[in-house]
Amino acid sequence: MSHRKFGSTVRRLLRGAWSILWAGLRGAVPQVIAILAAFLVGAIVLVATGHSPIDAYSSVLAGAFGDSYHIGQTLTQATPIIFTSLAFLFAFKCGLFNIGAEGQLLIGGFAAAVVGISFAGLPVYIHLPLALAAGAGGGALWGFIPGVLKAKFDAHEVITTMMLSYVALYVTSYMVNYPFLEPGSWVPQTVFVAPSAELPRILPPTQLSGSIVVALVMVSLTAYVLERTTLGYEVRAIGLNPSAAQSGGINVKRGMILALLISGALAGLGGAGEILGVHRRFIDGFSPGYGWDGLAVALIGGLNPFGVVLASILFGALRSGGMVMNQVLGVPLDVVFLVQALVVLFVAAPRLIRYLLKRGGYRW
Amino acid sequence: MSTAVKMVNITKTFPGITANDNVNFEVKKGEVHGLLGENGAGKTVLMNILYGLYKPDKGQIFVNEKEVKIDNSAVAIKLGIGMVHQHFMLVPSLTVAENIVLGREPKKYELLLDIKKTLKDIEALSARYRLDVDPKASVCDLPVGVQQRVEILKALFRGAEILILDEPTSVLTPQEVEGLFDAIRALTGQGKSVIFISHKLKEVCAICDRITVLKKGKVVGTVEKKETTPDALAEMMVGREVIVALKKEHVEPGKPVLKVQGLNALNDRKLPALRDVDFEVHEYEILGLAGVEGNGQTELVEVLTGVRELRSGNILFDGKPVTHASPHERIGMGISCVPEDRQKNGLIMDFSVLENLMLGRHDRPPFATKWFRLNLSKATGFADRVIQEYSIKAPGTGTLARHLSGGTQQKVIVAREFSRKPRVIIASQPTRGLDVGATEYVREKLVEMRDQGCAVLLISADLDEIFALSDRIAVIYEGRIVAVKEAGQTNELELGLLMTGGKR
Repeated sequence: MSHRKFGSTVRRLLRGAWSILWAGLRGAVPQVIAILAAFLVGAIVLVATGHSPIDAYSSVLAGAFGDSYHIGQTLTQATPIIFTSLAFLFAFKCGLFNIGAEGQLLIGGFAAAVVGISFAGLPVYIHLPLALAAGAGGGALWGFIPGVLKAKFDAHEVITTMMLSYVALYVTSYMVNYPFLEPGSWVPQTVFVAPSAELPRILPPTQLSGSIVVALVMVSLTAYVLERTTLGYEVRAIGLNPSAAQSGGINVKRGMILALLISGALAGLGGAGEILGVHRRFIDGFSPGYGWDGLAVALIGGLNPFGVVLASILFGALRSGGMVMNQVLGVPLDVVFLVQALVVLFVAAPRLIRYLLKRGGYRW
Repeated sequence: MSTAVKMVNITKTFPGITANDNVNFEVKKGEVHGLLGENGAGKTVLMNILYGLYKPDKGQIFVNEKEVKIDNSAVAIKLGIGMVHQHFMLVPSLTVAENIVLGREPKKYELLLDIKKTLKDIEALSARYRLDVDPKASVCDLPVGVQQRVEILKALFRGAEILILDEPTSVLTPQEVEGLFDAIRALTGQGKSVIFISHKLKEVCAICDRITVLKKGKVVGTVEKKETTPDALAEMMVGREVIVALKKEHVEPGKPVLKVQGLNALNDRKLPALRDVDFEVHEYEILGLAGVEGNGQTELVEVLTGVRELRSGNILFDGKPVTHASPHERIGMGISCVPEDRQKNGLIMDFSVLENLMLGRHDRPPFATKWFRLNLSKATGFADRVIQEYSIKAPGTGTLARHLSGGTQQKVIVAREFSRKPRVIIASQPTRGLDVGATEYVREKLVEMRDQGCAVLLISADLDEIFALSDRIAVIYEGRIVAVKEAGQTNELELGLLMTGGKR
C-alpha cells in the first residue's frame, strides 16, 4: 500500500469515526439535558430538605467512581440492567412492548441455579455454559409464550408479559421456599451452585463478575444482529411498518415470536449472570426490580445497544453512589430514587407517550 | 327559492396538488344538491372548507346571502351547517341520546343532565324527520345505518339548516338507502337543504334536485336533474382531457400467466368485497381494471399478493395453484406489486433507500449469505446501479425514504419491484398523486415491462390511464367484474357507466 493511499484511508476512517461519534453525540443531547435537569430538580429537593446538594452529589460521585472498589460496585449494579434494557430494546425494535423482563430474569436465574446445583462434577467449560444456556432458555420460554399468544390470538404483549412476570415471581418464590429450600435455612434460598458453574469474580473484593463480560458480548451481538443480519432487518421492518413488511414477504408473526423469544433470552441470561456471578445461589427476591429498570434504561440509552451500556452505568452509579451518600451523610436514599425517576420522566416519558399514541392510531 | 349557501371562487391547494380550483357552488333552500365526482375530484375538500375544517386559499362563502368567515366547525355549526362524515364521529359506549346532545346537553340545576328533557327533545326530533332511533340504546350495539341516523339527528339537534352528507350510502344496505332517502325528503320538505356527496350516479339521480360535477378540482358544470341523464353525467365526470400520448406498439399476447377463478373475499368489516371474480392476464399484455375506488380493488390486490385470506376461489400462476402460497413465496415466483398506498404498504418510511430496495429479497442471495448475514456491500452496489438505472433522485443510498418526494418514493418501489425480473406485475393506482413527469415515467416503465413479456394487471380509477396503457379492460363494480372489453372496442362513456353501476 502506497503512502498516499494509506494516508487517505486513515483520513477516511477518521472522518467515518468522527461522523459516527458526532451523530451519537447529537442524538444524545436530549438525554444529557434530561439528566442534568433531573439532577437540578434533585438539588432543589436537597436544599429544601436542609442538605447541601454539593456535598450530597460529590458523595454520590465518590461512592460511584471514587476508587476501583466503588467502580466495581457500580458496574456490578449496572450489569443486570444492561441485560434487561437490551431485552426491552430488542422487542421494541420489533414494535413490541416487553415489560416482562423482570419475570424473564427471575425464571432465567432460577433455571441457571437449578442447572448450576444439579450437575456438580462437570468440567467448568461445560457446566458454566450449560448453566448460562439454561438461564437464556428459561427467559426465552418466558418470552416465547407471550409471542405465541400475540401471534395466534392477538393478545396484547403488555398484558401477557406483565402477567407472566407475576407468574414467574410466585413460581420461583414457591420453588425456593419449598422444593429447593436450602436444608435448615431460615432464609428462602437454595444451596450454592457448584464451583464449576460459577462465573469468576473479576475485581475482588467487589462482586463484579464475568457476567459483565457476557453482557458486553451481548451488547455487540445485539447490535450486530439488528444491523447486519436478515433477522434484524426483518425485526426492524416489522417494528417500523408491519403492513409493508408483510407485503414485502416478511412473516410478521414469526418475526414477533422470535423477537420476544430473543428478548426473553437476554433477560434470562441477565438473571443467570446474577445467580452464577454475584449470589452463587438463588435467593428469593434477589432482583430489586432490574426488569423494570430495563424499560426506562433502554429509552434513556436512546434505544441504541451501546447507549444502553452508558445509561445502565448511570443507573448503577446512582444505586451504588446513593448508598454511600446515605451512609456517610445520612441523606435519605429516596433522593437518589427521585433523581432516577426524574431522568426517566424527562427522557422516557415523551418517547413512550409518542409511541403509545402512535400505536393507538393517533397522530402526534 | 332563496340561496342557502354560496361559495365563490374557492381555491385550495395542498403541497403538490390543487384540490379546489376556482370552484363556484350554490345550494338553494329546500333542495337536495348532489356533489358528484371521482375520488380525488375535490368534493370532500370543498365541503370541509364549508364546514370550517380547512381554510381556503382564496374565495368567499355566503350563508343565507351574508358573507361569512368560517374559521372552525364551531362557527359552521352556529351558522346552521351540519356535516355527517364518511367515518362516523360517535362515542360508541354512550347511548344514542347522550351522543346526540353531546356538547349541548340540556341541564338541570346547571350541573346535571336533564334526562327527561333530553329524551323528549330527541323523540320530537326523530318523529319530525322520520329518523327512527331508540334513544336509550348504546351506539356500539347499533347497525351502521342507524348510527348514521344518530349522526344526522346530532347535526339537527345542533340546529343544522344545511346538512352535508359525505358519501352517506357507501356503508348502507339497499334497504337502508331507501330509509335514508325518505329522511332526506322529510328534511327538504321542511325547508332544510341537503348536500349529497357521492360518486354513484344512480343514487344521485334518484334523490337530487340539482347536481354539480367536479373533476380534478374544477367544476365541470351544474345541471338540473330533470335536464340530464346518467349518460351525460358520466361523461361530465370522467370526460376525456388532453394527455401526453404514450408510445405503445401492438404486441401479440402470449399464454395466460395469472388466472383467477371465482374469488370471494371479505373486507375488514367482514362484508363481501369480492364476488366471484374471474379473469386472466397473459404474457405481453396489460389488463386494465377500471373502477371507482372502494369497489374491491384493494382487497383484490391483497388477495393476489397473499396478505388477505380468500373465502373461496383459485389463483393460478403458470397453471399451478398458488392460492395458499405466502407473500414470500409469491415474491419468489415472480409476482411483483406496486401497492396503491405506497407509504403504508410499499415503503418503510424510516428505512433507507438501500434497505427499501432490498425488501422482499433481503433474505436471498446476493443480499444475504448462508448464515443470515446481510451482504451490505453487494446490496449497496445493487442499489447504486438501480438508482442510476431508474434515475431515482436521492442524495445517496442511505437517505431515508421519508425524506424523498412522492414521485421519488414511487420510483424506489417501481425500481425494487421491476428489477426483480417479475413475470406478473400488479400495479394499483401507480401514478396517483404523482406529477406529470413521474406519471409518464411510471407508465413508460409499465409498457416496457409488458414488451419484455410481463403480464401486467393495472388497477386504476383514472380512465385516461386505463385507456393509455391497457390492451384489454375489465370493469369492477361492487366486487364483481361487470365487463371485460378489448381496449379498442369501448369508450369512456361506456366504462363510466359500467363503473358507476349505471349499466349491466
